[in-house]
Amino acid sequence: MQCQICNKRTATIHLTEINDGVRSEMHICEQCAAEQGLASQSQMSINELLSHLLAVQPSDEEMFGPSEKDLACPTCGFTLDRLRKEGTLGCPRDYEVFEQALLPLIERAHNGKSTHCGKVPAKAPKDTRKFVELSQLRRQLEQAVQDEDYELAASLRDKMKQVELHGAQG
Amino acid sequence: MEMTEISHDINDWFSGSGPLADIVVSSRIRLARNLAGHRFLGNCSVEEKAEILDVLKSVLMSLDLGGEVFFVSVDKESDLTRSFLVERHLISRHHAMAAGPRGAVIAKNESFTAMVNEEDALRLQVLKSGCQLAACAERVDEIDDQIEEQVEYAFSPRFGYLTACPTNLGTGIRVSVMLHLPALKMTGQIEKCLAAAKDMNLAVRGLFGEGTEAASDLYQVSNQVSLGVSEKGIISDFENVIIPEITEYEKAARKQLLAKQADLLDDKISRAMALLQNAHLISSQEALFLLSHLRLGLNMHEHMGASTPAIERLCALRSSTARSGPCKLTIRTVNRLFMLTLPAHLQLNYGQTLDPTHRDALRAQIIRDALNPTS
Repeated sequence: MQCQICNKRTATIHLTEINDGVRSEMHICEQCAAEQGLASQSQMSINELLSHLLAVQPSDEEMFGPSEKDLACPTCGFTLDRLRKEGTLGCPRDYEVFEQALLPLIERAHNGKSTHCGKVPAKAPKDTRKFVELSQLRRQLEQAVQDEDYELAASLRDKMKQVELHGAQG
Repeated sequence: MEMTEISHDINDWFSGSGPLADIVVSSRIRLARNLAGHRFLGNCSVEEKAEILDVLKSVLMSLDLGGEVFFVSVDKESDLTRSFLVERHLISRHHAMAAGPRGAVIAKNESFTAMVNEEDALRLQVLKSGCQLAACAERVDEIDDQIEEQVEYAFSPRFGYLTACPTNLGTGIRVSVMLHLPALKMTGQIEKCLAAAKDMNLAVRGLFGEGTEAASDLYQVSNQVSLGVSEKGIISDFENVIIPEITEYEKAARKQLLAKQADLLDDKISRAMALLQNAHLISSQEALFLLSHLRLGLNMHEHMGASTPAIERLCALRSSTARSGPCKLTIRTVNRLFMLTLPAHLQLNYGQTLDPTHRDALRAQIIRDALNPTS
C-alpha cells in the first residue's frame, strides 16, 4: 500500500480515527508521519525485548532510558538488567515498579492488549471487580464501534454508567 | 505411590475417546498462579521455595478433588521417574529439569496435576481426552476457586494474575489441544496449516518428537495471548474457530488421500504394519511414526467408513496385551503401544535402566508380541 501523502513510499503507519461515530483511515510512510508530527515516539528496543530477549543485548540506557536503568524493586531488589538476562521478573511488585518499561513488552506479547479482562479472585475488593468489569465493557464498546454496531455500543455505554454508579454486577 | 501402579497402562486423556477424538486426541487447560507476598521462583532462595512448597502442598492435599491424589517430590525423584512423568504429560520438561524444592500433586486418574514451584509457584492443569475444553475449564476453575479460599494469589486490577514471565500475564491461562494430523503431513499441507495457526497468534509445536519435528504427527496448538481476553473468549475461539478449521483441513486431506492418493495411503499403512509386526530393533521415533499410520487407518475406517485393501487388513488384525487375550485392534491398543514404548515407560516397566540398543530391542519385542497374538 502506497503512502497517501507522498504517493511514493510504502505506507507502514495506519491511523484510524473515529469522530462523532464517523470512521476515517489514513495510511502513510514513516517519513511523512514524522514530517506531519504523527510518528509515534521512537520505539526503543524494549519492543524487541520479548522476541529477542537474549539475542539482542542493548545497554540498559538504550533500552529503558537513563531514568530507569538504575531502578531496583524495593521489595526484591530486581533490576531491568536481570529481566533482560533471565526473562522472568523478581516479584509481583515488579509489575508496578517497572510498569512503564514493561508496558511495550506486555503489549507486544498480548497482541496490543495491556489490561486484564477475565477472572477476578472472589476475595478481591469491590473496586477491583469494578475496575476489571469496566475494562471488559470498554473493550466490548471499542469492538462494537469498530464493527459499527452503534446500538450495541449505546447499550454498553449505559451499562458502563450503571457500573460506575453501582459497582460491578458480579 | 509407586509409579509402576500407573505405568503399565495409558491414562484416560490418551484413550482415544471423546468428541472429535479421531483428530483431537486431548484437551488441556493450564492456569498459572503465584502467591501474594512471595517472590517469583527465579528470584527465590531455597528456603522460600521450601516454604511455598509446604504451603501449597498442604492446601492442595486438603482439597476435595473427587478422587485419590498423590504427591511427588519432584526434586527427590530419580531422573527416570521425572522422565516418566514428562512422558505422561503430568509435569512439564521445565519442572523436571528445574532446581530446588518442587513437587506435583497428581490425581490418580491423571486428569489433574498441580505443579508447585515450576516457573510460577502454582501451575494447575486439567487434561481430558478428545475435544472437551469447556469441561476442562469448568474443572480447573472450580479447583482454582477452592485453592483461592485458602491462599492469596498475586493479582493486580490492571494486569490480572501476576506471573513470573509477562507472556503468561492476565488470565494465566494456556489452552491447548493435541491434534493428530497425519493426512495433512502426507499430502504436504501441514506447514501451510501450521503457519496459518501461527498467524492467528497460536503457538504450535510437535509432540513426542525430537526438537520440533513431530514424528508422531501429533501437534499441540495453544493460545499465546492471555491478557486482555477472557478465559471464555479464548476457549470459545478454540471451540468455534480454531478446532473446526484445523479439523476440517485434516478431514479434507483424509478425503483427498482416499479419493486421489489411495496407493500412498495403503503404502504407508501396509509398511507400518509390516515393520511393526516384524522388526527386531525399533527406535522410539520410528515406532511413533509407524503407529501414527495405524491410528490414521483405524480412525478413517471408524469415522469415514474408509475401506481400502490396507485398511481392511489393518481392521482384521488382532492384537493382544499382557492383560488381554487376542482381540480386534483398537485405537486404545495403538495408543497404549505408543505410550508404553516411550523410553522412560519401557525402563520403568522393565525395572532397570537400559542402553538405547536394548531399549530398541525391547520396544520391538513388545510391539511384535502385541500385533502377532499366538492364540
